[in-house]
Amino acid sequence: MKPFEIVEEPIDVKKYMDYVLHPSAGAVTVFTGNVREWTYGVRTLYLSYEAYVPMAEKKMAEIGAEMEERWPGVRVAIAHRIGELQISDIAVVIAVSSPHRKAAYEANEYAIDRIKEVVPIWKKEIWEDGEEWIGAQKKYPAKGVE
Amino acid sequence: MITLKYFARLRDVAGKGEELLDRDELTVAELLDWAESTYPGFGADNVQVAVNEEYALKEDTIRSGDVCAFIPPVSGG
Repeated sequence: MKPFEIVEEPIDVKKYMDYVLHPSAGAVTVFTGNVREWTYGVRTLYLSYEAYVPMAEKKMAEIGAEMEERWPGVRVAIAHRIGELQISDIAVVIAVSSPHRKAAYEANEYAIDRIKEVVPIWKKEIWEDGEEWIGAQKKYPAKGVE
Repeated sequence: MITLKYFARLRDVAGKGEELLDRDELTVAELLDWAESTYPGFGADNVQVAVNEEYALKEDTIRSGDVCAFIPPVSGG
């Protein structure tokens, strides 16, 4: 495994937990993002994820570096799955260890927020009566995305 | 030659995932204008460009040999 990776197979959460665990870590937080069946009353049958793989892995590693800078002592692993995912499947896992729990919680939430902003991964929702690529409607930022 | 990559909605709009553009040099803004006029409904206002896997500014210059990806709003997680 790589600590920051795009995968096509089901995500084995324990692999990433084990990767971040070390003797100085007193806390490990694990976040998983899962496929939700109902969104505002609309039923999803399944999702299809696509990524610009090399750039996505690079951006996830950059997020890891940002976390290490903001919360010294954290160790991070992030994996995102692509392809067809069924209801309740794990789309993303973020594992963070830290000497004390507060940093592990905070850094983990930071990671998912940043993934949703900058990592080139796209989700297509497939419903009973159609399908659509999902994406926040954002204008091109004057300064690019940092 | 500049390599262009299309993802998600833009792959559907362009009808392809990748192509070569026979230009020596142009800016990101010019590339977006080209895409908008070549592929109706491209929606360039909501598209970012990554040059060699790094987000680029509209005024940045793209040169022959670069790999450019059109990045529609992301929706990972």
